[in-house]
Amino acid sequence: MHLSADAVALAAALVHDQVSSMTVTALLFASYADVLQRESIEIALPNGATVRDVVAHVRAMPGGDILPPSPLVAVNQEYARPDAVLASGDEIAIIPPVAGG
Amino acid sequence: MRTAIVDDVIDVESLLAEVERDSNGATVLFMGTVRDQNNGRPVTGIEYACYGPMAARELSSICTEAAERFATLDIVVEHRVGHLVVGEASVAIAVAHARRGSAYEASRYIIEQIKRRLPIWKREEYTDGTREWVDPTAVAVVGPES
Repeated sequence: MHLSADAVALAAALVHDQVSSMTVTALLFASYADVLQRESIEIALPNGATVRDVVAHVRAMPGGDILPPSPLVAVNQEYARPDAVLASGDEIAIIPPVAGG
Repeated sequence: MRTAIVDDVIDVESLLAEVERDSNGATVLFMGTVRDQNNGRPVTGIEYACYGPMAARELSSICTEAAERFATLDIVVEHRVGHLVVGEASVAIAVAHARRGSAYEASRYIIEQIKRRLPIWKREEYTDGTREWVDPTAVAVVGPES
């Protein structure tokens, strides 16, 4: 089989994209921090990962079922949707029900 | 306009002085204070925790929205974190405006948005020595939640 140089480059790029990963930091507060016994977690995820992936990762940890399936989440201090795509170094805060005032 | 997350006693007199202006005909001061019971359980104090940088940013956004909606820049809000005892103020909102209607509405807008959006949590401490994080989304077991 003969592949053009372009096709080889494209395939290489796709493979690279699938295997390369990034690191984000999940922040936990209040009851979530108490139950999971930590205030932050470094998480390695594949490129293209979303807020939903971070939540799934934390929910799979011991005690992680204290999180609802779709908790309130902020990315870099702004509220974000579950399908928001993350970048390396992002700070993902998993926000328990707020009780200010 | 000024907003702050503070860890010391809120000085409401200074908040009122900051919003004072000759063109204002109405000043509204709202204070949220630690009460001595919740859902029928006697409370001795509350520990407030926050996501500091985001809380500061979100509180500022809320007050900017209020300033735009109700046309006044004479707004000062402080939210306290750390350990508070019964009777102490956890939040104070001072709003001054030419007219009382807008002053009341702006004050109400700010406290309702704080309740919805500000990343702050509270752990109540009870007379029996136990303590619990408060989940306002949980259904009250006894009596109405305010």
